[in-house]
Amino acid sequence: MMSPLALTILIPFIGAALVACAPRPRLASAGVAATTLATLIAAGFLPFGPREAGEYFILDDVNLVFIELNAFVAFTTSLYGATYVANEIAIGRLTPPLSRLYHAMFLAMLGAMNLALAANNIGLLWVGLELATLITVVMVGLYRTPAAIEAAWKYFILGSVGISLAFFGTILVYLAGQTALGEGAPAMTWSLLLAAAPDLDASLLNLAFAFLLIGYGTKVGLAPLHAWLPDAHSEGPTPITAVLSGLLLNVALYALLRFKMIVAAQPRALAPGPFMMALGLATLLFAALMLYQRRDIKRLFAYSSIEHMGLMTFAFGLGGPLVNFAAMLHVTMHGLTKSAIFFAVGHVAQAKGTQRMADIRGLSVSHPALALGLAAGALAIAGLPPFGVFRSEFLILTGAFSSHPWLTILAMLGLLLAFGALLLRLQEMLFGAPSPGARPVAISRAPMILHLALVFVAGLFLPALLSDWLQRAAEVLR
Amino acid sequence: MTHAYEVSRFLAGLMLLASFSLLCQDRLAAVLNTFAAQAVLLSMAVGWEAWTQDRPHLFITAALALGLKAIIIPVALRRMVDRLGLTRGVDKVVGVGSTLMIGLALTSLALLLVLRVTASAESFTREGLALALAIVLLGLLMMITRRSVVTQIVGFMSLENGLILAATGARGMPLVVEISVAFSVLIALLVFGVFVFDIHDRFEGVGVEAIERVRGDRE
Repeated sequence: MMSPLALTILIPFIGAALVACAPRPRLASAGVAATTLATLIAAGFLPFGPREAGEYFILDDVNLVFIELNAFVAFTTSLYGATYVANEIAIGRLTPPLSRLYHAMFLAMLGAMNLALAANNIGLLWVGLELATLITVVMVGLYRTPAAIEAAWKYFILGSVGISLAFFGTILVYLAGQTALGEGAPAMTWSLLLAAAPDLDASLLNLAFAFLLIGYGTKVGLAPLHAWLPDAHSEGPTPITAVLSGLLLNVALYALLRFKMIVAAQPRALAPGPFMMALGLATLLFAALMLYQRRDIKRLFAYSSIEHMGLMTFAFGLGGPLVNFAAMLHVTMHGLTKSAIFFAVGHVAQAKGTQRMADIRGLSVSHPALALGLAAGALAIAGLPPFGVFRSEFLILTGAFSSHPWLTILAMLGLLLAFGALLLRLQEMLFGAPSPGARPVAISRAPMILHLALVFVAGLFLPALLSDWLQRAAEVLR
Repeated sequence: MTHAYEVSRFLAGLMLLASFSLLCQDRLAAVLNTFAAQAVLLSMAVGWEAWTQDRPHLFITAALALGLKAIIIPVALRRMVDRLGLTRGVDKVVGVGSTLMIGLALTSLALLLVLRVTASAESFTREGLALALAIVLLGLLMMITRRSVVTQIVGFMSLENGLILAATGARGMPLVVEISVAFSVLIALLVFGVFVFDIHDRFEGVGVEAIERVRGDRE
C-alpha cells in the first residue's frame, strides 16, 4: 500500500503519460480532469495521516497546506482548461496534437510541483522545482508567436540562472551539514539539517542563504529579478498562467522558507528575516507602481502577482506566530483568487480576441457573467472587504505594525497604490460602449464561482478546520 | 591524500582557464572547441574524484560530461551554425579587454569570498569550491556579454560545468543529485533545440537582439 503522499506525486505523472497517448482532445481533457480528481482525493487523506519525515519525503503542517492548495487548484483548473482548450481549438490557435502536449505537460507540472513540496531531501526539492520550471518554459512558448518565443527564451535564461544559483546554495548547505551530520544523504535531509542547525557552520550558511535567496527569489518573482514573470504570464495558455501564478510561485517561496527555517535556527548565522523583508517590501512597492503602466490584461495581473509575492516574502521574513499565520492565509487566498481572475481573463481574451486592455471595453454589456467574475476577482485581490484577501492583508499589517510601524506604512502605501491601479483599469474595461468584434465563446463558470465563493466565505468567517491547519503551520514556521 | 588533492585542484584550475579563454574567442567555432575542451577537463576532474573518493558511480557523471558535453553538443551546435549559415563571428556587447577585467574581478571575488567563509570548515574541498564558483560566475558573465543564442547556450553550459565540479567536489554528496544534474542538462538541451529552431524559423537568424524587438507592453 502506497502512502497518499507518494500518490499525489505519482498519479499526475502516470496521468501525463496516459493523456499523451489519448486519441482525441476531448478524451485528453477528461483524462486530465480524472487524474487531478484522483490526486485531490489522495491529497484528501493526507490531513488524517501521520506527520512524519522519511529519508526522501516529509509531511508536516507547512507543506500540507501547500499540497492541498495545489491539488485543489489543479483540479478546478483542469475543469476550466477543458473548456478553454476546446475554445482555442475552435478559434484555431491550437491544433489537437498541441492540445495533447498541453494536457500532458499540465499534469507533469502538477507532479513536479508536488514532488518539490513533498521532498525532504534538498536536492530532490531542487529537482522538482527545476522540472516544473522547464515544463512551464515549453508551455509559455506553446503558441510559437515571436512574442511567445521571446517570453519563453527570457524565462528560460533567467529561470536557469536562478535555479543554478539555488543549486550552488544547495551544495553549500550540504557542505555546512557535512561537518555535523557526516557525508552522504543525511546532510541533504532537510529535517535532520533543521535539527542539527545550531551545530552547522554559520558562515557557510550565510553564504548559502545569499545564493538561495537570489536563486529561488528569481523564481518567486522578487524585484529586481522578476523580468521573466510578466512575459511568461502573458504568453502561455491561460490555464498555465493560472497555475503559474497561483501555485508555482508559491512552491518557489516554499523552498525559500524551508531554507530560511534552517538558517534562522542557527543563532550565530545572520538573521535571514530582514533580507526577505527588504526584498519583499521593495518588490511590493515596485510592482504596485508598475501596475499603472500596463496595457496588456495578463501582464496587469502578472504584476499584481509580483506585488502579492512581495507581501508574502515580507510577512514570512518578519515571522512570529500571528504574521506567519496571516502569511499562510494569504498564500491560500492569493492562490485561489489569482487563479479565478486568470480564469475570467482567459475567457475575456478569447471573447474579445485581444489581451490589450484598450480594446477591451464595455464587458458589463457584452459579457455580463465574465464582467461579474472579473470584477469580483479584481476587487478581492485589491484587498476589498469582505473577501478573504482583505482578512489576510489586514492580519499581516496589524501583526507587523507593532514591531515595524514604518515598514508597515510603506507596505500599506504599496497596497493602496495597487488598489488604485486595479480599480482604474477595471472600470475602463467594464463600462462604456462595448468594443466591437466580440466572439461568442463557451464559458466555464463553475471553477471561477467556486474559487471566489471560497475566498468570500473565508473573508466572513474562517472555518475552525482551516484556521487550525494554518495555526499549526505557523507554529512549525516559528 | 594531498597528492590527490593537488591533481583535482590542477584540473579545476585548467577549467577556470578554459572559462577565461571562452570569453576571449571571437569566432563561434573557437568558442565551441574551447567549450569541448572544458567539458573534457570536467570529465577528467569528475573521473579523478570518482577514483580518489572511491565513489564509482561518479564515473557515470564523468562519462555523461565527456559524451554529451564534449562531443554531442558541440558537434550538434557546429552543425547548426553551418546549416543555418550564421555569422561565424561572436557578437560582443562588451569588448574582450573589459570582459577579461570583469572576469578577473569576479574570480578574485569568488576566491576571497569562499576561502574566507569556509576558513573554519575542515574541508578539503574549499579551494575546489572557490574555483567552481569562479567558473559559475564567468559563465554568467559570458551569458550577459555575448549576445548570440549559441554563445548564450555555451555560457549556460559552462556555468553548469562549474556546478557539477562543485557538486562532485563536495565529498559524499548523494548520487541522486549528480544524475539529476546531468539529466537536467539533457532536458535543457532539448528545450534549447526546440527554441533555437523555432527562433530561426521566425527571425531568419539566430540573434537575441532580433527577439528583443518584440515587446508585449511597448507597442
